[in-house]
Amino acid sequence: MSATANTETWGGFESFIEQNLAKELLRFTTAGSVDDGKSTLIGRLLHDSKSVFEDQLAAVKNSRINRSTAAVDFSLLTDGLRAEREQGITIDVAYRYFETPKRKFIIADTPGHEQYTRNMATGASTANLAVILIDASKGVLAQTRRHTYIASLLGIPNVLVAINKMDLVEYREEVFLRLQKDFDALAKQLAVPHVVTIPISALAGDNVVERSERMPWYHGPTFLEHLENVPLRVETMSDAVRFPVQYVIRPDATFRGFAGQVASGVIRPGDPVESLPSGQKSRVKAISTFDGDSPEAFPPMSVTVTLEDEIDLSRGDMLVAPGNMPRVSRHFEAMVVWFNAEAAEPGKSYLLKHTSRTVRAKALKIRYRVNVNTLVQEPVTALQMNDIAYVEFETVSPLFFDPYTQNRITGSFILIDPISNATLGAGMIRADLSDQTVVEDASQKPVKATERYKRHGHNPALVLVEGNPDLAIRLERALFDDHFEVLHFSEDRLSHTELENQYPAFESAGLVVIYSAERFDVDPSRKLSALAPNAFFEISKSKSEDPESVQNVLALLRGLRT
Amino acid sequence: MSNISQNTGNTAALDEGLKHKPGFIATKTLNYLKTLEAESIQIFREAAAEFARPVMLYSIGKDSSVMLRLAQKAFHPGKIPFPLLHIDTSYKFPEMIEFRDRYTRELGVELIVHKNQEALDAGANPFLLGTQKCCGLLKTKSLLDGLAEGGFTAAFGGARRDEEKSRAKERVYSFRDSFGQWDPKNQRPELWNIYNSRINKGESIRVFPLSNWTEADIWFYIHLEKIPIVPLYFAKEHDVVIRDGSIVVVYPNSVVLKGEQKQRMVVRMRSLGCVSCTGAIRSTADTVPKIIEEMISFRRSERENRVIDHDEEGSMEIKKREGYF
Repeated sequence: MSATANTETWGGFESFIEQNLAKELLRFTTAGSVDDGKSTLIGRLLHDSKSVFEDQLAAVKNSRINRSTAAVDFSLLTDGLRAEREQGITIDVAYRYFETPKRKFIIADTPGHEQYTRNMATGASTANLAVILIDASKGVLAQTRRHTYIASLLGIPNVLVAINKMDLVEYREEVFLRLQKDFDALAKQLAVPHVVTIPISALAGDNVVERSERMPWYHGPTFLEHLENVPLRVETMSDAVRFPVQYVIRPDATFRGFAGQVASGVIRPGDPVESLPSGQKSRVKAISTFDGDSPEAFPPMSVTVTLEDEIDLSRGDMLVAPGNMPRVSRHFEAMVVWFNAEAAEPGKSYLLKHTSRTVRAKALKIRYRVNVNTLVQEPVTALQMNDIAYVEFETVSPLFFDPYTQNRITGSFILIDPISNATLGAGMIRADLSDQTVVEDASQKPVKATERYKRHGHNPALVLVEGNPDLAIRLERALFDDHFEVLHFSEDRLSHTELENQYPAFESAGLVVIYSAERFDVDPSRKLSALAPNAFFEISKSKSEDPESVQNVLALLRGLRT
Repeated sequence: MSNISQNTGNTAALDEGLKHKPGFIATKTLNYLKTLEAESIQIFREAAAEFARPVMLYSIGKDSSVMLRLAQKAFHPGKIPFPLLHIDTSYKFPEMIEFRDRYTRELGVELIVHKNQEALDAGANPFLLGTQKCCGLLKTKSLLDGLAEGGFTAAFGGARRDEEKSRAKERVYSFRDSFGQWDPKNQRPELWNIYNSRINKGESIRVFPLSNWTEADIWFYIHLEKIPIVPLYFAKEHDVVIRDGSIVVVYPNSVVLKGEQKQRMVVRMRSLGCVSCTGAIRSTADTVPKIIEEMISFRRSERENRVIDHDEEGSMEIKKREGYF
């Protein structure tokens, strides 16, 4: 708890509760290496903000271990597990909690060594601010680049750079300015948007909580002041409704509610919604909670939605706004952080959990790995533990996703080993590949019919229109407007024989050809039909008089899309 | 596209897709307590949907009371879709048992009570065995047996990361091997709010929906939600003895050791465990607001009065590795 000794300073108990509830929650992650003084910084933060209890401090003071040169080794306050207290390093993500009269904080404290990239990614996944520690006596190192890269990769909107150990460089301003410049160059390279740099000494307590008198040249906020005042930027860029269904609540025949946590957007009763994958539409009837119906639901609320109609909807499905759909696709690319000792290779099959949906997935291709120390892209054939790489995936059934940069919830997934059940990796979706033709390196290969089919969205076809050139023109227009690749020839431009000779070329190009003539005799007609055995349509003179004939043909031709 | 992998001279930053745009400042926000509530509910629903046979470990303490309320909220207007399991050492405060039976009946939830009867028949108690061995038999072993008997694949627990240092590294989904043991070096990475609930036969997961709650959050929530808790949390005059510096409440049938003097004192419990191993604190706080007042002026952590954490350095971690809650 904060330093406040009683609730009177808040104006009585109820006012104290009210002010406390108004507090915002800031989650931040700290990454640093063994000697960065990260644990010391956190220990100092907890101690100086009076979040450390006397008995915990007494236990540290009495501990057999003191790795620091100071009277009290603050890092012992945070290093929890026996193994790491013995080895003097932090080996896993640890979560710490503290608060000030302004905000509540959750720290995801992660080790900085390269082999713990996965832990850094874990800590960064829920953070809205990243603390990057730089040792003033060492400057920007490979590990600084690694931490910053991971922070940018996981979409953390704010970065606080703490230039630590200023005591070792006699609190000199020029050292601070030089390191600040070095880091700004890195931030620019990685397109990290909101950076604040603060000179501190965690060991001596300068500019952590208390303003330092030894750095009068520094006029910016202290470390804690910045944490208390930095704007809470949300990572979700999209306001499109995304509501993954977690659980169907059906206590009796009269109630069928869809329980879940709002991933993005605002849901209100009466809003039209579409269910994925069924595509069925309905409207929100009510937003039901234990505390009564709610007029709206927004992130990160956990609610239960009831709908006006009985539609097909269960766990793993998603309710979305009909006008603003996510990508529905089985084929996409993602940045993957690999956690497991067993390498990831193209062709291997995994379980992929995305929101409340788990599907089988195959890694098709590893495009490149990013060297987390140099940020250089390297070609690889397999992913080793702690690698970060750009991978193409295909799933057995479609996912409903947005790019990670737009939606941290619908853009993220984990990979699970179907046999050992280990969590193997985490992915951030970058793009839908379903419109793209090939996955393998096709630059040297001829374009295939299936690739043309994917681009056009339909198979080639030949349509003969007899005795009604006007209908042929209207049909061409209707197909064109419906995004068909279509060409119309009348017999004035192209004789029957010419069509016979040239149709194979049109077919290879994947086109729908409409050919109109005054009359088709049986024989030429049979010859032409043999050219397009699977996609030959003939509209005879009698049928062409039908006023709905264009619509009928259009409906038939839409069959070419499957 | 196809030749990106040859572009080794480029840094990742040049890759357009990686550039994240500045986040925008949230317009609609939940306060922190509602945020914690929403996250806990998400965890309850996820586990209830994915595990074949979940159970809630119910310790009768304030955290269990909060957990129960969150479970009610998660499945409202439906019933809580799993039973409660209480590991009864038989040394619990009588007020706890009375509260347990009444409250679970009121809520209409299924309650399973499990005791290590074999050990109790053999006379297991902390004076005879020491706290480590006693906890091992009556809590840890009893818990593992209770879970195995029910065939439970997942157990919700009320542990919080702020309670003790080794708990700070606990996952929300804590994987246990087929011996119910926790390997701190081999936990599953846990990113965003995506939890891996896949297990093989014999393995299980402990699920901690209150992971991110602090002691203060629990009390604020109890206050705001008017959640019933065991009366022992409120200050009252009790018969006590001073044992190893702790204030131990004694009942007519309690063991009083040689040289101990019974006295009357106004005390309350900060956390609840077994009668002989849970110290009381001197306090006059007899309402939730007074407890919160007291807490913010306190400079001592709540587990301090639990003898078991201080047996030896890192003792909680050792118990957890063996399967203790």
